[in-house]
Amino acid sequence: MAKIHFDEERAAFTPILAMEEASRCLLCLDAPCSKMCPAGTDPAQFIRSLRFKNVKGAAKTIRENNPLGGVCARVCPTEHYCEQGCSRSGIDRPIDIARLQRYATDMEAAFGLELVKPGPSNGKKVAVVGGGPAGLTAAAMLARSGCQVTVFEKQGKAGGYCRYGIPSYRLPEAVLDQEIAHIEALGVKISHFAPANEVDELRKHYDAVVVADGLGEAKTLPLFEDNPYTMTAIDFLAKAKQGEIPDVRHVLVIGGGDVAMDVATTCKKAGIEQVSDVVYETLSEFKASKAELEGARNAGVSIYDGFVPSGVKKNVVTFLHRKAEITMTLEADLIVLAVGQQRLPSQLGEPTDRDNIFYCGDIVEGDKTVVCAVKTGKEAAARALAYLGGDQQ
Amino acid sequence: MKDLSITFMGVRFPNPFCLSSSPVGNCYDMCAKAYESGWGGVVFKTIGPKHYLIDEVSPRFDALAKEGAPFVGFKNMEQIAEHSLEENLSDLRRLKQAYPDRVLIASIMGSNEEDWEELARLVTEAGADMIELNFSCPQMTSHAMGSDVGSNPELCRKYCQAVKRGTHLPFMAKMTPNITDMCVPALASIEGGASGIAAINTVKSIINVDLNAKVGLPIIDGKSSISGYSGKAVKPIALRFLQQMRSHPDLKDVEFSGIGGIETWVDAAEFILLGAKTLQVTTAIMQYGYRIVEDLCEGLSFYMEEQGVDSLEELVGLANQNIIPAEELNRDYIVYPEIDRSRCVGCGRCVISCYDGAHQAMMWDEETRRPHCEKEKCVGCLLCGLVCPVSAITLGERKLKPNRPETDLDRIQLQNNFDKIR
Repeated sequence: MAKIHFDEERAAFTPILAMEEASRCLLCLDAPCSKMCPAGTDPAQFIRSLRFKNVKGAAKTIRENNPLGGVCARVCPTEHYCEQGCSRSGIDRPIDIARLQRYATDMEAAFGLELVKPGPSNGKKVAVVGGGPAGLTAAAMLARSGCQVTVFEKQGKAGGYCRYGIPSYRLPEAVLDQEIAHIEALGVKISHFAPANEVDELRKHYDAVVVADGLGEAKTLPLFEDNPYTMTAIDFLAKAKQGEIPDVRHVLVIGGGDVAMDVATTCKKAGIEQVSDVVYETLSEFKASKAELEGARNAGVSIYDGFVPSGVKKNVVTFLHRKAEITMTLEADLIVLAVGQQRLPSQLGEPTDRDNIFYCGDIVEGDKTVVCAVKTGKEAAARALAYLGGDQQ
Repeated sequence: MKDLSITFMGVRFPNPFCLSSSPVGNCYDMCAKAYESGWGGVVFKTIGPKHYLIDEVSPRFDALAKEGAPFVGFKNMEQIAEHSLEENLSDLRRLKQAYPDRVLIASIMGSNEEDWEELARLVTEAGADMIELNFSCPQMTSHAMGSDVGSNPELCRKYCQAVKRGTHLPFMAKMTPNITDMCVPALASIEGGASGIAAINTVKSIINVDLNAKVGLPIIDGKSSISGYSGKAVKPIALRFLQQMRSHPDLKDVEFSGIGGIETWVDAAEFILLGAKTLQVTTAIMQYGYRIVEDLCEGLSFYMEEQGVDSLEELVGLANQNIIPAEELNRDYIVYPEIDRSRCVGCGRCVISCYDGAHQAMMWDEETRRPHCEKEKCVGCLLCGLVCPVSAITLGERKLKPNRPETDLDRIQLQNNFDKIR
């Protein structure tokens, strides 16, 4: 086991570069970018603020809308959202909205700004189960409306997959810590004591309950059941975040989403000689974001697209191509399955709102991205507030 | 490469590009490097009288930025040459010996008639090809010197006469733009014996204020001063003064050296078309170095080729006749914008500017995200064309205003496009 730490990989904009990038923005009449963020971020507004030297205003626009603006700036697959509609693409390439958002939120931290305040108390108590991005977002929005909010988080620290999954070369923990500190400054309490584990018990003690307990369990493939060479991506990444990387020569990753890319790239960055990623989808159908796929390739990961595993013998896996008659056999020291996640067995009910219980995050319908967790977290908070008769954010 | 040589005040310049009298021509080594880099002439940094001691502040420059452009304009607090009179004269001598085929212009500045006459005599003896009289530095620590002189036609005349007594060389007076009508001091200088005019020197300015210290920049022990502003941003002001002097009947035989924001061959060509025969540069050199002369020369040469001329002289002043009083312009027609939909990227900036800054004629189709012009409202100002980031808007249909004399509108000469970059 080697102990390894990763610095943030992508360079930040300097003030001059940020201004140059903001100046590339066409400042559209009906900015498509601002219509395409699931979380409702208004890039057109904050980029215009940057362009007119109102850096604090830019940070305010982001922060008021999104308690995890600094996290989203780093992990959002923006090519599917805001940047997809960018008019500048008609000239050359879209504005680097993510990096401008990062610049604005970094400046917020550098200036030590507190841009959102807790609302006057409405006397309502709300429990949020799960301190991942959806739960944290719901908690922040509820606190801003005057609720007394307690987040119940079973792990040592809040943050969910942002804390225990996304590698630190993409998202430094300090950024997450800072955002959580902002949320705590709104009066949100983060409790690591398990709440009553039945939702019916919880709802008796709180005026409303928001459930965001996430997809904490990795899916597996029947072929690999009880295979001693196999571990799940979630376990791998959680250990990697502690700096623990297996001391092996060849890792085989199975899966083609961002999680698979994170595993494979982390392995290469840790110096593992051969990292093979075998993906069900062919290249044109890839689920991973462009940046993640590029990162994996740049790190030196060998990617095999369009293959399904057909047989396993100890540490030797045979694959068949989905569309061509190709068989491939790979021998690895470690096999990591990155084939999706599911909810852990839970007493917290099916993720459909009822009475004073509201669900959000990966457990409800939608993309499994941080920005969608922010979106559903905001929505759940709004529904809870409507129920409580308070202000709707 | 075309022959870029030109005769100015009787002296043959290998090309029209000169250092202006400023920090960029402060000593032998600098001027030698400039000559080696290809500059046709050097106006050596202004030499003052022996009794006037130079004592500079630190720091002494500041720059005006816009978006990503860090040097839209430049502020300078440096005065005239800080080396001793002997050193400066010795540098002039050495430069003329080492570079006999390049033009050496001595810039001088006195505080009284004796100074001017003496300085003229000394730089003539040192081997200068011509003299420039600095009537225009706005940051001198003496009110008997600099732009206070240039805004006083009597002093201009008197000092030119003094210089005339000290030299047989041709000389030009360098004008300050900190004045309403530059023709007045220019005429006085010509009457005093100058055969050329150099314009413009820097514009009096405060370009940035530190919002916390509450003082202009640069800050010198908590204070700052008004001083000269230069660079790209002053080019339009320089061109205007040049045009006004060129169109003054009593200045029609005078030769001009153009100064003010020249960075590219395009800027240079503009000065030439408005009547400058030589061109002087400082700010762009301070930012980019002497090497810019390569592209100035080559660019100008390609332009001459495009224009089918073999001598720069043929281009001098060609635009002067086309700048006329506003009351003489043809106001009988409107030109409507024409939108090239294949170029349009759908940003809607034309719609925003037309509504907020013009006549609410550019309409937006939310479905297709493309603009179209409603001609009933359009006045043909073409602000839309200027703000379009992809030059998709050009000049389209021409229309005679009601009750105007019949004209063949197809024969009216319009500009080619609204491209901001050549």
